[in-house]
Parts: sequence; structure tokens; C-alpha cells
Amino acid sequence: MAHQNDTPAASQPSGGDLVKRHRLSTRIWHWLNALAIFIMLMSGLMIFNAHPRLYWGEFGANPDAAWLEIGSMEGIAFPGWLTIPSFYSLADARIWHLAFAWILLVGAPLYLIWSLANRHLQRDLWFARGELRPSRIWHDITQHARLRLPTGAAALNYNVLQKTAYLGVLLVLLPLVILTGLAMSPGFDAAVPVSSWFGGRQSARSLHFIAAAGFALFIAVHLAMVVLAGPFNEVRSMITGRYRLPKERV
Amino acid sequence: MRIVLNRRRLLGTGALGASGLMLSGCDRLNSNPAFRSALQEAGSWHEGAHRLIGGQALAREYAPADMSPVFRVNGTADPATADYNAHVGSGFARWGLQVGGLVKQPLALPLSALQAMQQRVQITRHDCVEGWSAIGQWQGPQLGQVLSLAGLLPTAKFIVFHCADTLEGHPYYESIDLADAFHPQTILAWEMNGKPLSVGHGAPVRLRVERQLGYKHAKYVMRIEARATLAGLYGGKGGFWEDNRDYQWYAGI
Repeated sequence: MAHQNDTPAASQPSGGDLVKRHRLSTRIWHWLNALAIFIMLMSGLMIFNAHPRLYWGEFGANPDAAWLEIGSMEGIAFPGWLTIPSFYSLADARIWHLAFAWILLVGAPLYLIWSLANRHLQRDLWFARGELRPSRIWHDITQHARLRLPTGAAALNYNVLQKTAYLGVLLVLLPLVILTGLAMSPGFDAAVPVSSWFGGRQSARSLHFIAAAGFALFIAVHLAMVVLAGPFNEVRSMITGRYRLPKERV
Repeated sequence: MRIVLNRRRLLGTGALGASGLMLSGCDRLNSNPAFRSALQEAGSWHEGAHRLIGGQALAREYAPADMSPVFRVNGTADPATADYNAHVGSGFARWGLQVGGLVKQPLALPLSALQAMQQRVQITRHDCVEGWSAIGQWQGPQLGQVLSLAGLLPTAKFIVFHCADTLEGHPYYESIDLADAFHPQTILAWEMNGKPLSVGHGAPVRLRVERQLGYKHAKYVMRIEARATLAGLYGGKGGFWEDNRDYQWYAGI
């Protein structure tokens, strides 16, 4: 993230400079999440394989109408190269899923609170004044579509599309996937009636799957942008925290 | 031979190799006993968290209008042993629920005795470990009443349910702890949706333990045993699925 406060305004960094970008907390959380999300997605697909039908409402089973069915009930919805484990085992997938769920359950609220406290969320991720004007959004979309990525000091700030993606993950997808996950637990749901917030347990299960699809989409776009923006520099910045500003276009 | 490795190709090869390594790595970790037990340990924290937050909270109960039109039969559909068939033939008139183990007074309760006890009626959601749910109405005496009648010895820590059916050649059984055994919604259901329990749903009596997943809700309960430990009983993990598939013993999640 941009540490504008680390750099005196007088000596604005320019293209080619190696600058401090990501805080340690952001870097740790990024890699922990990367690991946890991959494991949750892959073990989650195996859990889905056990009953590859989704419903709306409180109940839903084979005699009821499903809004989504992938593969047949006898076949496997998602192949082994996408799942943990790679062979059919609902029990093993649950062992992975329910253990790594703790990383998201504990990590996400901690990171949110920490990011509010150190103003990372408000300063680097939240939309600046005027940023949500349609003309400005359109400008960012066209620049992105033509792969004219920001250079120099401007590359330190996230644009509207990046902010939307990161805020969407932090404030929408993560809370949604955690709460709908808790809603499916009959033990937790008795303690706190989470499933009723989502219109029933099967609705929560459907939303859990949709949120997971949202993560998969985010990861695909995120990785594509990392490759396009210069994978070495981008990955280094998320490991060491230091980022080389792209040179200004001449 | 000359191999040209540009950055893009290197990345592509790397990504493919990494995903392959990750997959075989995950399978290897999956069968590594130390890693597996670490995962299971983290998974077992859910039980403590649920008890801490919820205590003896009740599972949600629904209105008759919320019930599933068809309640799916799952697991064993008919134990079909000679003994069981004979009981079905006589309408379970000569059947008795055995209550024993670490109790002061072992019991043999005929179905009529269970029906004469104070009844609890509840419309609840049945959540299968596979992901589906069905809502039905259940009636029967609270398990706590039956256990109090027999009088648990202080050493009793677990309640085991021995069933009439076998799966894959193993007798079906399940177990719960005393917190769940004395939970108000834990009942020995002999009636479902206003009718005596069908063979498909576990006649004459099945367990309802509403804050846990379906595989804990033992059907065809023949004998209830109070025990100090689950060790030494079949696979030692407290249930058919726990022993034979490594499902978690605590199925509240």
C-alpha cells in the first residue's frame, strides 16, 4: 500500500525508484490468506461433490427443486485436479476445510480491525473524494482495458477498479463466506441464528458457493494483473514490501 | 537441442509444475498421520467454541408450513435382519429398548412405555453431512427422562446407541456426550410427521440430537449403553462413520 506519510512531499519518488509499499501486516495476511483461500476453495469443491445441488430456502434435498446442479448425482461435479484431496473423500475434505476455516475466521476480523486502526483501509483502500464520479470510473476502466497501467508515483495509489476489487473481497466476500459457513453449522446456528439472516440454511449454502466463485474470479483477475504489471516486481513487493515504481512513459 | 525459456513460458511452466506439486503435496499431507491429527485437533476446537457461545441453546424449531414435502430416506433403508423383520411383522409389540451399561437400574422399555412417558414434539431441520437439509416433525420422550429412569452412575460420560442395521458389514452405532444427552431437544423419536416412524426413517425409535449432523441421529435404536469411554468399542471412535470414514465425532459443524 502507499505509504505517502513515509516519503516527504518534497522528494516525490519517481519511476525507477525502489519504494516501501506493503506493510508487514498486509504481507503476512496476504500470504496466509492465499494459502487458506486455495485450501478452502479446493476442499470446498470436494465437499460440494458430496451433494452437487444448490437450493434456496431452509430445506433442500434430492426430492426438492435445485437452482443449480453440476454433473449428475452419481458422477463427480469437480475433477480431482481441482479438489483436496484429489480422490473422493468428503471426510478428508472436511478435515482440511474445518481446520483452515480458523485462519479466515480469526484472521479476517483481526486484519479489518488492524486496518481501521492504522488507517490503511480509510487512506489506501477507501474511495477518495470525487473518485466515484462516472467520468473518472470510465477513465479508469478504459485505461485498464488498454493496459495503460499507472507509472511513477501514481502507481503507489490504487485506482477505482483496484479499490473496488480489494474492498469487495475485504468487506463483502470475506464476511459473506465466513458467516454463510457458520450458518451451515447446526451447532453454531443453534447458538447464533446465522442461517435465518440469509433466508435459511440452504440459501446460506448457495451464497457460500457464490462467494467462493467470487473469490475464484478475484484470484483469476488478480493473478492476470500481477503478470501484466510485472510479476517479479509485484511478487517482490508482497514479500519484501519494496516495490520498484514503473518508469514514466515517454 | 536448445530450449528457449522466455519469461512467459517460464511462468507458465512454473504455474503448471506448482499446481501439480501442490496437488500431490496435499494428498501426501492428507495421508501423513501427524499433519492429519494437527488438522483434526484444529477442527475439534469447534465443539468447545459452540459450547462456549451457545451453552445448551436450542436448535431452531419451525412451523408446520415450513416442513419438507418429502423427507428423504438416507443411510440404511431397511435393516432386513430376521429379528428386525419379525418385529416389523408384529408391529414392534414384543420389542423392548434395552438401557444398560453404567446405570443403577438396567431397563427394557416396550414401545408403549416410551409412548406413555411425557412427550416432546419438535419440528426441526435435519442437516446431512453431505449438505442437504430436510424439515420434519418428531415426537418422543426426552432421552434425559429415560436416562434418569435408569439412573446414570457417576462414571458414565458417554451414551452409546446400538442399532439394528449394519453398513458395509459393520454394526451401526453412534454416541453423544452427557451435555447432548440431557439437551431438551434430544429425544427418542417414535413418531415422525404425525405417524409412527416408518422403517425407512428408523422404526421403531431413532435418536434426534438436533444440534448435530444427520449421521449422529441413529436409526433403529435397539440398545442404549452408558459408558465411561468410547475406547474399546468397535473402532473406538464412537460411531460407524467415525470408525470407518474418519468423520468427526462432534458433528455440530
